[in-house]
Amino acid sequence: MERLVVVGNGMAGTACVEQILKYAKKFDITVFGDETHVNYNRILLSSVLAGEKSADEIILNSLEWYQQNGIHLRLGVRITAIDTAAKTVTGDDGSTTPYDKLLLATGSSPLIPPIEGVKKSGVYVFRNLDDTRALLDRAHKNARAIVIGGGLLGLEAARGLQVQGCDVTVVHLMDTLMERQIDFIGGGYLKAKMECLGIKVLLSCDTAAILGDARAEGIRFKDGIELPADFVVIAAGIRPNVALARQAGLQINRAIVVNDHLETTQPDIYAVGECVEHHGVCYGLVAPLLEQGKVLAAGITGNGGQGYQGSTPAAKLKIMGVEVFSAGDFSDTTPGNDAIRYEDPALGTYKKLIVRDNQLAGVILIGDTSDSRRYMEWLQSKTDLREKRRSLLFPEPSADTGLDVAELPHGKIVCGCHGVTKGTIVEAILDRDLTTLAQLKECTRASTGCGSCTELCLHLLKAVAPQFEQEEKKALCECLPLSEDQLREIVRTQRLRSVQQVLDIYGHGTGCATCKPALSYMMDMVWCGTHLEDRSARFINDRVHANIQNDGTFSVVPRIRGGVTSPEELRRIADVAEKYNVRMVKITGSQRIDLLGVQKSDLPNIWADLGMPSGQAYTKGVRMVKTCVGTDFCRFGVQDAIATGIELERRFENLFTPHKLKMGVVGCPRNCAEATVKDIGLVGQEGSWQIVVGGAAGKKVRKADLLVTVESAEEALQAAALFFQYYRENANYLERTYDFVERLGIERVRRETIYAPLAVQQGLRGRLRKSKANSRDAWLEGDHPRHPTQFVQIQPIGGSL
Amino acid sequence: MSTERRWIRVTGCDSIPVREGKAVELAGRRIAIFNLGDSFLAVDDRCPHRGGPLSDGIVSGSNITCPLHAWTFDLNRGQVLNHPESSACLATFPVRVEDGHLSVQLPAEEPGSVSKPAYCAHRDRPVRWVLRKTPPPTNVRSSSP
Repeated sequence: MERLVVVGNGMAGTACVEQILKYAKKFDITVFGDETHVNYNRILLSSVLAGEKSADEIILNSLEWYQQNGIHLRLGVRITAIDTAAKTVTGDDGSTTPYDKLLLATGSSPLIPPIEGVKKSGVYVFRNLDDTRALLDRAHKNARAIVIGGGLLGLEAARGLQVQGCDVTVVHLMDTLMERQIDFIGGGYLKAKMECLGIKVLLSCDTAAILGDARAEGIRFKDGIELPADFVVIAAGIRPNVALARQAGLQINRAIVVNDHLETTQPDIYAVGECVEHHGVCYGLVAPLLEQGKVLAAGITGNGGQGYQGSTPAAKLKIMGVEVFSAGDFSDTTPGNDAIRYEDPALGTYKKLIVRDNQLAGVILIGDTSDSRRYMEWLQSKTDLREKRRSLLFPEPSADTGLDVAELPHGKIVCGCHGVTKGTIVEAILDRDLTTLAQLKECTRASTGCGSCTELCLHLLKAVAPQFEQEEKKALCECLPLSEDQLREIVRTQRLRSVQQVLDIYGHGTGCATCKPALSYMMDMVWCGTHLEDRSARFINDRVHANIQNDGTFSVVPRIRGGVTSPEELRRIADVAEKYNVRMVKITGSQRIDLLGVQKSDLPNIWADLGMPSGQAYTKGVRMVKTCVGTDFCRFGVQDAIATGIELERRFENLFTPHKLKMGVVGCPRNCAEATVKDIGLVGQEGSWQIVVGGAAGKKVRKADLLVTVESAEEALQAAALFFQYYRENANYLERTYDFVERLGIERVRRETIYAPLAVQQGLRGRLRKSKANSRDAWLEGDHPRHPTQFVQIQPIGGSL
Repeated sequence: MSTERRWIRVTGCDSIPVREGKAVELAGRRIAIFNLGDSFLAVDDRCPHRGGPLSDGIVSGSNITCPLHAWTFDLNRGQVLNHPESSACLATFPVRVEDGHLSVQLPAEEPGSVSKPAYCAHRDRPVRWVLRKTPPPTNVRSSSP
C-alpha cells in the first residue's frame, strides 16, 4: 500500500482525505496537525466567539472517524523538515516518517503588520480554537477592545467580542471596510450597520504602536493620536505558511506554486488550501480550498478529470443581522463592465451586479442576501443574461419552495462549500433511507460548511425522505432564530440576566408574546432567581399573580398543602367570598378552593384577608400535591401520604417550571389520589416508595414511568427533587413532563438524575436549593407592589383641555 | 376635524411601566394606554375577538397580544396582525405628553357610538364585539418622551 502523508489537519487537507477515501482505500494515510484538536470548521470560530455555537459543535471529523478509516492521526506534531531525496518528513518530536506521496496543507497564519509592541501581553490574534478560547477568557463586560483590521475576520471578531459585553472599536487602515470584497458605497452601508450594532468603526487609521509597558493599554496611530483599550486583537489578514515548502526547495511566489493538478515543482509532493498559489491567485475562502481537495483526490487516485480551473471567490459575512455577500469582480471602472445598482438607505439595502458580455461577472449584496444563491449560480454557470435583463435585481416571481426544490436541476450545486449537488443529496436520501438533517450531513457533508444551504437541504429532505423527521432543535419563535438549548447556553455563557438583553443582542429588540414568557422562565431558572426580573415580559397572570378569566376578571386559589385545611381557613375563605362578592366558589380537581370572578384591584386585599400563601394556580409553576389520607386514617394505608405530600409541596412551592407541574402522593397502591397520572407521583407500598414521573390525565392520558423505588420517605423526596430540577433545566418552555420524558426516554432520565455521578446530582440539588432560597410567596407583593399601579385601576385626573 | 376633538388629561407618565399597558375609563369607554419606552399609544381596551382586556396583554415593539386568545394588533394603526380572515380593527387615540402627564384625545361623537357591538365580518366565530373599521388617524399622534 502506498503511504500518503498529509501535513496539516485543517479543512482543506482533511476534505481532500475524505474525497480520496471515497475513491479508493489505496493509501496508508498519516495526518499531522500542529493544533491539538481534531479537525474543526474554522469558518465557524466567529460563531463560537459570539456564543452561538460551542467548540464541540464545530468539530468536522471526530477521533472515531480517523480510527474507522484507518488514518494515523498525529496531533500536536509540527513537521519541521522534508527530505525530498529520502522521501521522509521529520517532526518536532524527532520522528521521521516516510512517504510515497506527500500532501502539504499547511494553511496560513495571521499576518502581523509592522506595529511596535505587538509582542506585549493583551495583544491577540484570531485564527484558531486556542485563540478563540483565549479571547473568550479575556473578554468581559465593559472591557474596551480594539480590533485592528476591518475585513471579514476582523468584523466577525468585533461582533463576537461585543456580544461578550466588550466595548469594541474596529480600526481599519483603508478608507472603507472589507475593501477586498465590496466597493466603497457598500462599505458605507456596512459601516452603518456595524455602528448600528454598537461597534465603533475608525477608517483610514494606520496603527503605529501598541501602548503600555508589559501589557497593552491602547494603541497609537501614525498621526500621534492615541486610543485606550484593555486589549487588542489583530485581524489584518493572513500569510500562507510556506517555510516548510521553501526549505524543501519547492517553488514559492506568494505561496506554494501548483499547476492544474495541484502538483508542486517537486515530484510526489502536492499542496492544497491557503498555502497554495494557482495561476498567480491565492485563495483564502473555504469553497475554493475544498474544490482543490476534490480535484487532487481525483487525480491522485487515478480518477483525474480536467484539473483545477480556479474558483470564483465568494464571501459571506457571518454576523446575525448584518447580511453581506460578495462574489466575483466588482469593479465598475473596468471597461466593458456594466454596473447595475439598487440601494435603499432607509432599509440599509444595497445591491450591485457587474455584467460583462451579457454574463454576470460579480455581485455585492448588503442587507438582503436572499438572492445570493441565484447569482452564484449565474456566475459559475456563466448564464446568458440577455433574457433576464429586466429582472436582474428583483427575484422572478417564485412559486412555493417545494416547487422550487423540484425544479432545481439535478446537477445543481446545493452546498457550495463542499460542492454537493442536488442529485447527490437526493440519491443519498433514497439509497440510505436518511430521515434527518444530521444523517444527511454525515453522509454527504452538505451544509457542514458555512451552513447557508441548511434550509435548502431541509426542503429536499422534506420533499424526498418518506419519513422526514424535523430536527429536535426547533427555533423558539420567529423573532429569535435559536433553539432553547442554544439560548440556555447563551444566557449562561454570555451572563445575560434580563429578557431584554437577550432580545437586544439576538433578536430585534422587540420579541413577541411567545418568546418573552419563555425567556422570562429561562432567566429565572438559569440564574436561580438572581436574574433581573422584567414583568413586562411576563404573561398577565404572572404580573398580578392570579388567573385571568374570559371576562377579564381573575380567579384566586390559595395554597392548601396536600389538600389539608382547617375550620379557621375555611371560615376566612367564606368571609372573603362574601365580602368581595366572589361570583363562584369552586372545589377544584386538585383538592383546592377556587374563588372566581375577582377584580384585579381587589386582589391585594383578598390576599391579606385570606392570610394564606399563593397556590400558583395561575402560572407555569408548582401547582399542588394531591394526597390520600394514608396511614393517618385509612384502614389500608401503608405509608404516611399526608405528611410526605405536605413536605413535598413545601420543598418545591413558589418555584417556576417549564409548564404547570402537578404532583400526587398516595399511601398505598390503590392510588386514590391518582399519583400515577401526575407529573411527579409518590406511590407508597409496604416498606418502600415508588417515584413515578411523566404521567398525564389531561388532553392526553399517560401512565407515569417508574423512576426508582426507594425505602424511606426522605429518599423518595430526594429522588423527586433530582427529577424536578432536571426537568426545570432541560425541558423546553411549555413542555409538560409527559412530553419531556417521552422525548428523552425514561432510561436517559434515570441515567442523568438518580444514576448520575454524584457531582452531577450535587449540582442539581445545589441549584434547586439556591432557586428555592431566592423564591418567595408571590402574594407578598400585595403589600409591597413592584410598581405603584401594579394592582391599581388608574383614575383619570379629568378635565378637558 | 381635529378641532372637534377634545383632549383629556389622564395620569402621570410614570403610572405606566415601560412595555406595559394600563386601562382607564374615559367618557364612558375603556381605553388602554401603552408605554412603549419612547412613546405612548392608546387604543380601545377591548379585543374585537372576545372582548379581552388588551391593557393586560404583552407588548412587543409596537404590537399588543391579547391575554385571552393571543390576537395580536399593531398599536399604531389598530389592525389585527395574526388573523388575516378578520377585518376587525381597533380604534386608536392620539396621546400627548405635557409636563410629565399624559393626555388622550377622544373623538367628538357621543360616547358609545363607536364601541357598540357591530356586525361581525367573519361568520365562523361567535364574535360579539367587533368595532366598525375606523379610518387610520393621520398626523394626529403627537408624543414626546
